Amino acid sequence: MKIVVLVKQVPDSGADRNLRSDDNTVDRASASNVINEMDEYAIEEALRLQEAHGGEVVILTVGPDRATESIRKALSMGPDSAVHVVDDALHGSCAVATSKVLAAAIAQQGADLVICGAESTDGRVQVLPHMIAERLGIAALTGARKLTVDGTSLTIERQTDEGYEVVTASTPALVSVWDTINDPRYPSFKGIMAAKKKPLQTLSLGDLGIAAGEVGFDGATSTVVEHSKRPPRQAGNKIDAGDDGGSKLVEYLASEKFV
Amino acid sequence: MKPVERVLPTEEAADLIGLVREIADGELAPRVDDFEARAQFPREQFRLLGRAGLLGLPFDVEHGGGGQPYEVYLQVLEELAGRWLAVAEGVSVHSLACYPTAAFGTETQRKRHLPDMLGGELLGAYCLSEPQSGSDAASLTTRAEPDGDGYTVRGTKAWITHAGKADFYNVFCRTPEGISCLLLDAGTPGLQPQAPERTMGLRSSTVAQIVLDGAHVPADRLLGEPGGGFKIALNALDGGRLGIAACAVGLAQAALDYAVDYAKDRQQFGRSILEFQGVGFMLADMATQIAAARALYLSAARLRDAGRPHSAEAAKAKLFCTDTAMRVTTDAVQVLGGAGYVSDHPVERYMREAKVLQIFEGTNQIQRLVIARSL
Ligand SMILES: Cc1cc2nc3c(=O)[nH]c(=O)nc-3n(C[C@H](O)[C@H](O)[C@H](O)COP(=O)(O)OP(=O)(O)OC[C@H]3O[C@@H](n4cnc5c(N)ncnc54)[C@H](O)[C@@H]3O)c2cc1C
Repeated sequence: MKIVVLVKQVPDSGADRNLRSDDNTVDRASASNVINEMDEYAIEEALRLQEAHGGEVVILTVGPDRATESIRKALSMGPDSAVHVVDDALHGSCAVATSKVLAAAIAQQGADLVICGAESTDGRVQVLPHMIAERLGIAALTGARKLTVDGTSLTIERQTDEGYEVVTASTPALVSVWDTINDPRYPSFKGIMAAKKKPLQTLSLGDLGIAAGEVGFDGATSTVVEHSKRPPRQAGNKIDAGDDGGSKLVEYLASEKFV
Repeated sequence: MKPVERVLPTEEAADLIGLVREIADGELAPRVDDFEARAQFPREQFRLLGRAGLLGLPFDVEHGGGGQPYEVYLQVLEELAGRWLAVAEGVSVHSLACYPTAAFGTETQRKRHLPDMLGGELLGAYCLSEPQSGSDAASLTTRAEPDGDGYTVRGTKAWITHAGKADFYNVFCRTPEGISCLLLDAGTPGLQPQAPERTMGLRSSTVAQIVLDGAHVPADRLLGEPGGGFKIALNALDGGRLGIAACAVGLAQAALDYAVDYAKDRQQFGRSILEFQGVGFMLADMATQIAAARALYLSAARLRDAGRPHSAEAAKAKLFCTDTAMRVTTDAVQVLGGAGYVSDHPVERYMREAKVLQIFEGTNQIQRLVIARSL
């Protein structure tokens, strides 16, 4: 089984994050960039499937040059190789255009299974998995908290607010995962060393037969026209533990409909 | 607090330190208080370090090690010690326990044992001290009588780190030729770990006596020459002392970082206490001593990596770094005032932990003895 795992480099959600003042895109240059958290779960799931069933795990990233750091980090966890689509024309791409690029790269690779995170911590649109599956004409098993593979048959438990749904499909298919699905491993020192020597293929839009005008600002179906900083947090309500603290707390919780 | 700025010899070493920080922050720092409070040995955390390849760093790649120079390995220990001293010390003791096989084992012994020892699943112990033989280690009385196809070992080892938790034990004992070093498996009948000691600090590190009651050890478990054991013990301690020195610097750095953050926040007389010269100068002295201590252990490490004699330099580093840790952690408690004396803050634990660093792997008096003899 050949598994392609989608990995995005995002600004660290634990640090200060900004949009650029000139073109309203995510400021990646000044941010501390990391692998999108949910993608680590996707990598782990792929590695577990490989350990159980054999096959090959390929990392696929669309992103600027510096995304290479995240690709090497992903490879240090254990995948076999990586594909990096990098092209200046991609800057400003919307989700629809990005899905076109990813789908083209997946089609070129050929995959029995595509695994990705259910969302990225920068965009948080949660639509990419569906768009990619649609473009490739394969099943989308989204929002998995559990994945089992039996030959060519895939079953997931799709996490919902109330519980879960069991969804099945056969390969080729795409599965998106939540952070409930596993506990990603740390890379090992040997893994880090090995990652430096693993094949990393760099592709341009031209290699995928996509014209520059179909992506980036020119091809965008949506653009951010304006942004502003979130207003500073308001001072909270302070309730002293003293005499009537208990009843005041209950009043507050009731007024906010927490109880 | 910003991480310590390190000049590392290779890109691979920088990656290694990055990995260690990630694991130490993610897996060690959140658990240390709980494990120390319950005196619980963190076996699972050692496995995690083992899987990451951190339990064999200073040994040959050929036998499953990480192929790292001491200059790098010690900085890894320092990073670990800043989050959880008992774990860092455990890694150092494990290296100490792998060293006799790596440095004095025959090719057959190395091929047979090292991949497992360095592979990450196993943990080692180093049994030199005895109830009546501490600083004067050469007076040890544990006996290994030849019994045909090996030895029968009788005696008591004291204060053994990882007693009852380790998978293999280096035991220094008397054979007819003198002091020799034997490698015993944990399951050897007659190897009996006793009840853990109740210690002042470093409580998550298990320390206990090991009673050897007629334990049979096959002849092929003798490491080095019969009678060559004391040389092995001393050689191993050169590396072990550097390990303790690095642990001490990590502990001191953690204490300083905590005290600085606290001093910035804490207001008295209408300003942060850091602004009082009495506090600011104390912190400045702590920072300076730590920087000097780090430079000293690294210079000893570079001698070792260059294959030069370094026993006296290792002793100097152990002495200075651990005395520094004691002073710095004591001052950190002082900077926090009453809060420093309360276990809600880690500095009282740091102070209790620092004390043992001045005692084991040769007390600081013994380090001075080694240094004086070298002059
Ligand atoms: C937590 C912990 C873990 C340990 N782990 C291990 C382990 O894994 N393996 C192991 O083999 N041992 C271990 N030890 C033992 C440790 O190495 C010894 O405690 C240490 O070497 C000192 O020996 P002692 O306790 O017998 O003290 P003693 O030798 O009795 O010394 C008592 C005091 O006398 C001083 N003194 C002794 N001789 C001289 C001298 N010639 N000149 C000046 N002063 C002197 C000492 O410095 C000390 O202050 C551990 C100890 C502790 C506390």
